[in-house]
Amino acid sequence: MIMTERVFIEPQPTSETQTFWEAAKEGRFFIKRCDACEKAHWYPREHCPFCTSMDTKWVEASGEGVIYSFSIMRRAKPPYVMAYVTLSEGPTMMTNLIECDPVALRIGDPVSVAFVETAEGNALPMFKPKAGAVR
Amino acid sequence: MAHPALAYIAGAYEHPTRDAGGKTLAQLQIEAALGALADAGLSKDDIDGFFCGPDAPGTGPLSIADYMNLNLRHVDTTNTSGSSYLLHVSHAAQAIAAGKCDVALITLAGRPRAEGRGKGGLVRRDDPNQPDFQWEQPFGIQILNVYGMTAMRHMHLYGTTSEQLAWIKVAASHHAQYNERAFSRDLVSVEDVVNSPMVADPLHRLDCCVVTDGGGALIVTRAEIAKSLKRPLVKVIGAGERPQHQQGGYFEITQSGAFWSGKAAFAQAGVSPADIKYVSLYDSFTITVLMQLEDLGFCAKGEGGRFVMDGNLISGVGKLPFNTDGGGLCNNHPGNRGGMTKIIEAVRQVRGEAHPAVQVRNCDLALANGIGGQLGVRHASGTLILERE
Ligand SMILES: [Zn+2]
Repeated sequence: MIMTERVFIEPQPTSETQTFWEAAKEGRFFIKRCDACEKAHWYPREHCPFCTSMDTKWVEASGEGVIYSFSIMRRAKPPYVMAYVTLSEGPTMMTNLIECDPVALRIGDPVSVAFVETAEGNALPMFKPKAGAVR
Repeated sequence: MAHPALAYIAGAYEHPTRDAGGKTLAQLQIEAALGALADAGLSKDDIDGFFCGPDAPGTGPLSIADYMNLNLRHVDTTNTSGSSYLLHVSHAAQAIAAGKCDVALITLAGRPRAEGRGKGGLVRRDDPNQPDFQWEQPFGIQILNVYGMTAMRHMHLYGTTSEQLAWIKVAASHHAQYNERAFSRDLVSVEDVVNSPMVADPLHRLDCCVVTDGGGALIVTRAEIAKSLKRPLVKVIGAGERPQHQQGGYFEITQSGAFWSGKAAFAQAGVSPADIKYVSLYDSFTITVLMQLEDLGFCAKGEGGRFVMDGNLISGVGKLPFNTDGGGLCNNHPGNRGGMTKIIEAVRQVRGEAHPAVQVRNCDLALANGIGGQLGVRHASGTLILERE
């Protein structure tokens, strides 16, 4: 897990999302997929936001995606890169881009998941540019 | 051209303060309300419907109704943040049509400067019960960076440039120079905007609205009452609203709720974008204006950048004058909620009471639109179409 000087708001997992955050601590990236309509959604819910089925399952995602959009938060100390990443499983999620040269980032660039540790030991799913990615 | 009225806006008042150090929030509320009543020629005891937003302190409408000593038979506390007041006008028209009230008061007040919330970059510590809290707050979501992401994607998809966005601020500053109450009356150039410090890429400091204290109020009423008053008649002929969100993870942040709220309002009014003489567009950031122009149909999707260039939004210069009071970008954004002032300037234009230097000639049809919440995450758009009678 990646350590940083940055101070994060803790995610405060709930009974609905405990599985995600426990898996994250082990470096595993889960998303929710619906058994009824087979569509993956974000953010994870017990019910399917498309067909309302309760038959949703935690599945381990590839951790691969592409940058949907981003913004460099220059006034923050330290600065960080806010982003949306579209997962290869379909949905787009809010996250941060890390271990990157912020001004070299481009929408559409391939990225992969990396977990960043919070003060309370939670693991936040963030994304870094794929090494050697060809633009 | 005459279209059926949903209701009439009989009173409109923008609180003159921009720095409310010596006034309480409740005082700003009552002063705004009394200003709108005086403008309409009505008195407190004529009010039987009260509409307020998240800025009203206390439980919903109760504390302010008590403070103002209002005797009410209808209340509505619809909260879509900065666009609430556009929805309130629509809901007031519906309540009046349903016989639930005759004279509706809508208020807004805020004092972020007096409360030291002047710098908009503070972390929003939202409620952990919000199901989205844990998926957004830890990543440092802020107003600035979600609007930044929207602008970044618009540039990527359509080739929109910082210089094009800057034209929106330039137009607002041209109007603000005539408004003696504007928070900032400085005339700025495209270079000034793009050379101001980058705050959240690709947005510069001058792409962002001002932070002001103050407020405003409106009186919405039925035809018989409006026609008994000695003010120019401003009727609401179309209204639409649309909450827009992340849709389970499959969304396009460069399309705002204005696409749907605008369609609904135009359909109800029976007019088209080409008929509109003046627009008030929510200008929390320059990108917000660009998105509304496209989504409301004033230009094609992706053409907004070219549409706003070369002063096209400047009254007397371009084809579509906007925010002739200087808008939230220069004049006033009371309580970080700009919907109220959008409606007020549209009413001034339709009455022919805008500043002579920015008054649009023969302004018989105007549109006001608000985007409340966070464009690119969760927001609600409210559209109103106003006609002079
Ligand atoms: Zn489903």
